Amino acid sequence: MSHYEASIREPLVLGDKSYHDITEDIAKPIEGAANKNWYIAFYISLAAMLWGFGCIFYTVGTGIGVWGLNKNIGWAWDITNFVWWVGIGHAGTLISAVLLLFRQKWRMAINRSAEAMTIFAVFQAGLFPIIHMGRPWNAYWVLPLPNQFGSLWVNFNSPLLWDVFAISTYLSVSLVFWWTGLLPDFAMIRDRAVKPFQKKIYALLSFGWSGRAKDWQRFEEVSLVLAGLATPLVLSVHTIVSMDFATSINPGWHSTIFPPYFVAGAIFSGFAMVQTLLGIMRKVTNLEDYITRMHVEYMNMVIILTGGIVAVAYGTEFFIAWYTGSPYENYTYLSVGAATGPYAWAFWSLITFNILIPQLLWIKKFRRSFIITFIISIAINIGMWFERFDIIAIVLSKGHLPSTWWRFEPTFVDVGIFIGTIGFFFVLFLLYARTFPVIAQAEVKTILKSSGEFYKKRRAQGIPTKPAIIATDSSAINGRSDNNLNG
Amino acid sequence: MYQFSGKLKTFSLALIIIGLIGTVFSFYNGSQKTIEDAKQVIAASHSSGHGESHGAAAVHAEGDGEGEHASEIEAHAADEHGDSHSEENGTKSYSSKEEHNVAGSHEAVEGHTEKHTNENQSVEEEHSVSDVQEHEEHVLHQLQNRPWSAFYVALFFSLGITLLVLAFYAIQRVAQVGWSVVILRVMEAISANLLPTSILMILLLAASVMHMNHLFPWMADGTVDPASENYDAIVDGKSWWMNSTGFMVRSILYLVAWNVYRFFIRKSSIKEDTANDGNKTYKKNFNASVIFLFIFMITESMMSWDWIMGLDPHWFSTLFGWYVLSTLLVSALTVIAFFTIYLREQGAIPGINDSHIHDLAKFMFGFSVFWTYLWFSQFMLIWYADIPEETTYFVMRFTEYKLPFLGMVVMNFVFPILLLLNSDFKSKPWFVVIGGVVILAGHYIDVFIMIMPSTVGAQWFFGIPELSALCFFIGLLIYTTLNAFSKANAIPKGNPFLKESEHFHYYNIEHTGEGSADH
Repeated sequence: MSHYEASIREPLVLGDKSYHDITEDIAKPIEGAANKNWYIAFYISLAAMLWGFGCIFYTVGTGIGVWGLNKNIGWAWDITNFVWWVGIGHAGTLISAVLLLFRQKWRMAINRSAEAMTIFAVFQAGLFPIIHMGRPWNAYWVLPLPNQFGSLWVNFNSPLLWDVFAISTYLSVSLVFWWTGLLPDFAMIRDRAVKPFQKKIYALLSFGWSGRAKDWQRFEEVSLVLAGLATPLVLSVHTIVSMDFATSINPGWHSTIFPPYFVAGAIFSGFAMVQTLLGIMRKVTNLEDYITRMHVEYMNMVIILTGGIVAVAYGTEFFIAWYTGSPYENYTYLSVGAATGPYAWAFWSLITFNILIPQLLWIKKFRRSFIITFIISIAINIGMWFERFDIIAIVLSKGHLPSTWWRFEPTFVDVGIFIGTIGFFFVLFLLYARTFPVIAQAEVKTILKSSGEFYKKRRAQGIPTKPAIIATDSSAINGRSDNNLNG
Repeated sequence: MYQFSGKLKTFSLALIIIGLIGTVFSFYNGSQKTIEDAKQVIAASHSSGHGESHGAAAVHAEGDGEGEHASEIEAHAADEHGDSHSEENGTKSYSSKEEHNVAGSHEAVEGHTEKHTNENQSVEEEHSVSDVQEHEEHVLHQLQNRPWSAFYVALFFSLGITLLVLAFYAIQRVAQVGWSVVILRVMEAISANLLPTSILMILLLAASVMHMNHLFPWMADGTVDPASENYDAIVDGKSWWMNSTGFMVRSILYLVAWNVYRFFIRKSSIKEDTANDGNKTYKKNFNASVIFLFIFMITESMMSWDWIMGLDPHWFSTLFGWYVLSTLLVSALTVIAFFTIYLREQGAIPGINDSHIHDLAKFMFGFSVFWTYLWFSQFMLIWYADIPEETTYFVMRFTEYKLPFLGMVVMNFVFPILLLLNSDFKSKPWFVVIGGVVILAGHYIDVFIMIMPSTVGAQWFFGIPELSALCFFIGLLIYTTLNAFSKANAIPKGNPFLKESEHFHYYNIEHTGEGSADH
């Protein structure tokens, strides 16, 4: 129904682009050589990553005691970072799956990079459940494998085991979803490649995609089914992560709102990270015509929405903690005790970065500004790290027994591993940006004529955008020839 | 313009009148209940295996006469009904002996119940008489509550559905949705039900505050007075929130806020049809909807704490507000689908095709799953941690309401999953109606289980009071909706997305019974 699109919808592809222009723009970063800035960023990330690996080897070799944990606070930076990274990973699936179900055309320019972000973030998250183990070499015992110990089994009652299934399923489904979408784009790079080696590589990656009608039909159906599966998956994965806390009996952790609240927080932080990454990417890869102000504004709207949901959840936590009448609830991460106790700085960072600063996005000027969006998105990333840290550390620092009250101080190893994962993430992302088509060109081409600036303008002026068809066979007009399957 | 058919008007008015007669009868019947009826109920439940329904038959076997009463308290302690009992008793022992600091001693409740039961054995003679009286009075209150609860369940369900239709409508505006524009007027019409239900709600809450019923235990006399027999330290601890004045002020504020938006948007939406002012009215309506959703998000949670969670003043769950939201949202979507299908059959809305039905059915399906997600999250987390002060809520529901409690999960989850997963089925109106009837019935049961166990406990039944209230509110909904729909243009002509909506065609739907020339 492309030609019925309301004129008040803003264009999603700027400039007078043809299909070929889209191909050229997207293939350019892959076919050209990397510039100096890319190498600088890459080497910094690589150094951070290697430093992080060093810290991991040191931890595993020496023992978990090199971290700042103590006998009362057994989880701190490790699980904070784990939840933070998993949360970031959720925006990718949200953009590619949920926005597909809601037929949001603007997702097409950002879904590829958001999914890449998901996968690289889940890689980082996946490190922590292993390295925070005391005996990581026995990690395979979490799998229900038949064995020589009389088939000694795992206990399926632990949310930590559910985590294993959730994260591994999430990674595999995201990977398949991402790769399926990449097939037509890899085929495009393959067909354009002039160097035999490059051609060979992209021929392997594109699985012999030839773009026949039947293939496209299946492709669309698979995408829809995967989106339908990935949506409950994305909700359940972070739900299961939240249950690591919510199934416990610690005041401040045991809260039924955690499942949806963690999911909302994950989308909130994930979109913030997408904003951070795409804010840079649209500039350095010259894709400003595809990742437009409109995209940034839409993402900011999602951030306001999910941030609002998170804020309501904070209010609920705060209220119900009081409403229970239980004195133990005074030391939960969102309570008067947290606001005034030794972790008050963490509490107020959470409130400032997560609730107060994002409210600036209500102002249209701010949410359409690239610079302000970039700054706010970083604030949210910091705020959401504090949210997880507060949930974990504040609650553990003041449990039921006052004799177990303790505080947590991170060591350089805690910090080093976190920096390492950030480095590792950017190493992967920078490599991706040089070798993968960062925008789904096949998808963007489907909306060019309905939502491209040039075409919209011509429609508004009443100039036909396609040649008149002489009707001989009505099915030629009424059939599904519109090439636009997304509403 | 749609003409409200005379037949249906008569039908809906008949439903209202039948419902009214039944409700008046139920209230009359309920108010005639005396302590003798309560004694009969207790006697009947004793002779017919009281233990069976409370899942503690073994305990009963030991007892004779007064000993049986002691063990009954223990058996009751497992459920909500007994919960309030044992806590009443427990509180008394605190205040008389001043052994314990009462405030915040939730977790001690179970322990104390046992202790009290033991005490009960020793001071049997003194305690038993007052205990028996108290128990009888409690059952009497439950019997008297029944017509109130029956009315309250239907009223809350009807009000909630209407409110969520309004919220969904606001979402359609804010999200600049293209497909649903042709059914915006249907949603507007349904939201006409908000005003009458709001007025009834205020009347009912005022009646509760004025002690005309025992729906909200914390409103009882003396719950915050340490000198009183009814003193409840836990309620006293939250009297800053749980007090009649604050409760009424808040309730009125929510209702006024929602009704103000509904009044404004209806007027302004009709104005939009002929405004022709370069989308100025449209943008105004957009902004109003954003503000409404912001307020709605906050008031909805608070409303569910006040109106539903407050029925169990000792129980709490952080998820509760959103859980209530999800159950009402699915129901609201189903009601939208019903009216859309009916009005389309009548030829009242020209632009609607199978794709619109398909999208509505997708929402019904998706939010059914979402409801299940929240239901399970709340249930599982409480079951898993098994903290006594929270678990009582589900123990009561599981022992006394087993069939509706489990049946609801089947109706609200299993059934829609199986029925509405198939894409072809979702575009068949009669299929959507079948699925919708089950979904609506299932969510009525959900609201029933939220309210009834706290107000009538084990004395529940689905009979004349419940059926009458349901008839009344169904009649009211049909009447207000179709009446409102006949008052305005069926299609919002001035909406900038109207063309998108009229030509909306989801790609793999075979449209039936309509020309395909415009696709």
